[in-house]
Amino acid sequence: MRLNRLLSVFILMLGFCCHIAQSNAQTVDDATLRPLVQALAGDNFENTTKAISDLVKTGDPRVSKILDALSAGDLYVAKADKTVFLGKRDGSDYAATDPLTGTKLDPVPRSSAEKIKVNNRLRRDIAAAIGGLTLMSDNIAERRSAAEAILKTRDPESIPLLDQAIAAEKDAGVKVLMQQAKAAAVLNSDAADDVKIAAITEVSAGNSRDALGLLTPLENVQGPVGEAAKAAIDSINTKLAFWNAIQNVVYGLSLGSVLLLAAIGLAITFGVMGVINMAHGEMVMIGAYTTFVVQQIIRTSAPGLFDYSLLIALPAAFLVSGGIGVVIERGIIRFLYGRPLETLLATWGISLVLQQAIRSWFGASNVQVGNPSWMAGSFDLGLITLTWSRLWIIVFALSVFAILQLVLKKTMLGLRMRAVTQNRRMASSMGIRTPWVDALTFGLGSGIAGIAGVALSQIDNVSPNLGQGYIIDSFMVVVFGGVGNLWGTLVGAMSLGIANKFLEPFAGAVLGKIVVLVLIILFIQKRPRGLFALKGRAIEA
Amino acid sequence: MITQWFFTHVDRRGGIAIALLVAIAFLVPLSNLLLPETSPLHIPTYLVSLIGKYLTYALLAVALDLVWGFCGILSLGHGAFFALGGYAMGMYLMRQIGPRGVYADPVLPDFMVFLNWKELPWFWHGFDNFWFAALMVVLVPGALAFGFGWLAFRSRVTGVYLSIITQALTYALLLAFFRNDMGFGGNNGLTDFKDILGFNIQAGTTRSMLFAATALFLALAVFVSSFIIRSKLGKVLVGVRDAESRMRFLGYRVDRYKLFVWTISAMMAGIAGALYVPQVGIINPSEFEPANSIEAVIWVAVGGRGTIIGPIIGAVLVNFGKTYFTAAFPEIWLFALGALFIIVTLFLPKGILGLYGSWRTKLADRAARKKDSAPPPVAAENVHLPEPQAAE
Repeated sequence: MRLNRLLSVFILMLGFCCHIAQSNAQTVDDATLRPLVQALAGDNFENTTKAISDLVKTGDPRVSKILDALSAGDLYVAKADKTVFLGKRDGSDYAATDPLTGTKLDPVPRSSAEKIKVNNRLRRDIAAAIGGLTLMSDNIAERRSAAEAILKTRDPESIPLLDQAIAAEKDAGVKVLMQQAKAAAVLNSDAADDVKIAAITEVSAGNSRDALGLLTPLENVQGPVGEAAKAAIDSINTKLAFWNAIQNVVYGLSLGSVLLLAAIGLAITFGVMGVINMAHGEMVMIGAYTTFVVQQIIRTSAPGLFDYSLLIALPAAFLVSGGIGVVIERGIIRFLYGRPLETLLATWGISLVLQQAIRSWFGASNVQVGNPSWMAGSFDLGLITLTWSRLWIIVFALSVFAILQLVLKKTMLGLRMRAVTQNRRMASSMGIRTPWVDALTFGLGSGIAGIAGVALSQIDNVSPNLGQGYIIDSFMVVVFGGVGNLWGTLVGAMSLGIANKFLEPFAGAVLGKIVVLVLIILFIQKRPRGLFALKGRAIEA
Repeated sequence: MITQWFFTHVDRRGGIAIALLVAIAFLVPLSNLLLPETSPLHIPTYLVSLIGKYLTYALLAVALDLVWGFCGILSLGHGAFFALGGYAMGMYLMRQIGPRGVYADPVLPDFMVFLNWKELPWFWHGFDNFWFAALMVVLVPGALAFGFGWLAFRSRVTGVYLSIITQALTYALLLAFFRNDMGFGGNNGLTDFKDILGFNIQAGTTRSMLFAATALFLALAVFVSSFIIRSKLGKVLVGVRDAESRMRFLGYRVDRYKLFVWTISAMMAGIAGALYVPQVGIINPSEFEPANSIEAVIWVAVGGRGTIIGPIIGAVLVNFGKTYFTAAFPEIWLFALGALFIIVTLFLPKGILGLYGSWRTKLADRAARKKDSAPPPVAAENVHLPEPQAAE
């Protein structure tokens, strides 16, 4: 730092305008900064690197802007007096600004200035340095992202800065993040073993996946650090495996809930009437379209009610699908009693007609069904992140199941339905009007399918083909679970859901599904009437 | 003597059907190849292929009817056997492309080169030989059906449960064949065939020969079905259909009868698929769609389940309707098909042939009453066919 250069810098400090320093950051006066800025124009890259790190150590908020300019190639040095300035091409001159104060300087002819050269390594250093600088920012999000950036770069140079930042940090979450980042940086430095071991403990307390990335390189280090890292990795892996299993279970339960919703109505009709209703998927689809229509009406006439749209759609879907179900039963299925296989064909025909009707009415493409605000977003549970919609669907499916159990066990209709399931002729002899029970059962099953459609509209595309995607899975649940017992359906749905999710990581989604299908086919050989079969002669009709 | 042997095993209708099929097996190709295009009797090549396709469907329907109409096993997965036969034939046709593919690899089909595979998977070996492929056309569906049926029938999986797991079977195969790793071309399937047995697959002559082969195989299938149905075995099958438990109590090993007819039927379906692929020029996993199998069931139902030639009539009629409707009123086709399912099950439980039969019975009844003589004659059609009842 030659004296004349310093002097010239002072002379150039005209019209000093006070830079409003950010409150959290410490400001260093210009006299200290100026020589450091000048040093950026060093003779070689090493000098520039040193100048950058010196600048960063000051922690001044202006530094990041200067470094930005340096990285972008906007920082020049005048050949005559070696002044560093921010330049912008303006004809044959550079429009010059003072890097510290931001005041306009006299234009410098292009021939008499030189760009301060940077290479890729320098740019990387600069990026890391800027990351470190924003640690002092006023904005909590910026501080957080700066800490996260250091957690990734693990630059040992940023340790002192982090120390400062940690001391000044008030937000607990960001502070923890910064401590993590510091520990990561320490691990990357040549600190003493005991410091590093402490850092390992610190790191492994944090986000396990990041910690794994930090610790893996240390695993093969000789000495106590390597051992500590290995132990930490092992314990993290155990923890991850545990949470992974929990995640699989939760995902499996939510898939199982979807299956349960889709299959439970089918199980009722199958149990009572011995009929696999191939149009069941279309009832689900109609429920989803009812949700769409309800939301359309709310959008146009009462937008404030949008958050309640699903609650309004539930009874609507139940009535629409249930009504269609009763019509189908009265119009077609009752003529086919005792011919279950032909009922299967007739309901398949109905499903084609319903699909095409919806397609002609609403178009073949997906319709947009919105999520109310309480369905959106997610929350953390331990090491996993779950969406609210996933949780709600589990809650919803189980409530539907519980309500249905109540209906079956505590109401007159339920009593009659159970009687018909167990022995149709005997029930009829006891004065139960089995045709009405059939009609109401079919309506109830279809209505529940409609409710399932409301739920599925939140997690799946609503198109005329919606039902087709679920029908085979629903069959699988019903034949797996067995007839005449809703618990079978519950167990069947949940075990298929969980089995699917546990097979997925090993076999992939498609192969996992194939494996489940094959397992069901084999299972049926073992128990031809499903998991919870009704016993007795009535079944062997 | 041969004719006598023939007619002890085939009823009058079956005989007529076989004669007709053999006749068109010769006449259609002749008309296509020999008559000038201006002649009103000339059948253009596209029509030959189209009817040929219908006849392969008819063959599938005959196979399905053998198990459903006569043995009460409603298979919702016969499309799987059809598609497997088709894939076996497709693999042969793929190997025949040789170095004429886009990537010009002498051995590997294009899609394998595309997937960067270095050598032929083991299950593709031998498919360059037509007779090996032809063997596989019946063996693969037959073996699958045998394994599946052996498990299912022995554990007495019946009725709706059986239908559902056959559907699961074809659905599982659908998912499997969609995977690229399976080595069957993923969702693109097998296509771009060049020739079969050395003849150009696009040529009119080849098309006519394929048509003739299809018609002859269909005639053979009608004969085999009649043969089975009119044998003692056939009576047992009908017994199983109408009262399975009773047959078991009478001492018949019901599962073995079912397994036999089930496997034969699957092999027929495989042959149908193998004849289908060269005529339409492509086989892809969508043939495994459960909806296809259910559609095949409706062909049988429309024509008349439990009759030998009903399925042929049903398959040809429904598919003709499909071709017509999907071209003329595409949005109506699903309505029509759906309505067909409903109407046939509600009003025509015995299909078109059943309608024809009851119409003739009615006429005969009326004639008899007019004459006011002897008791009304028994409807001849239904003598060998008791009322189809609930299969459970």
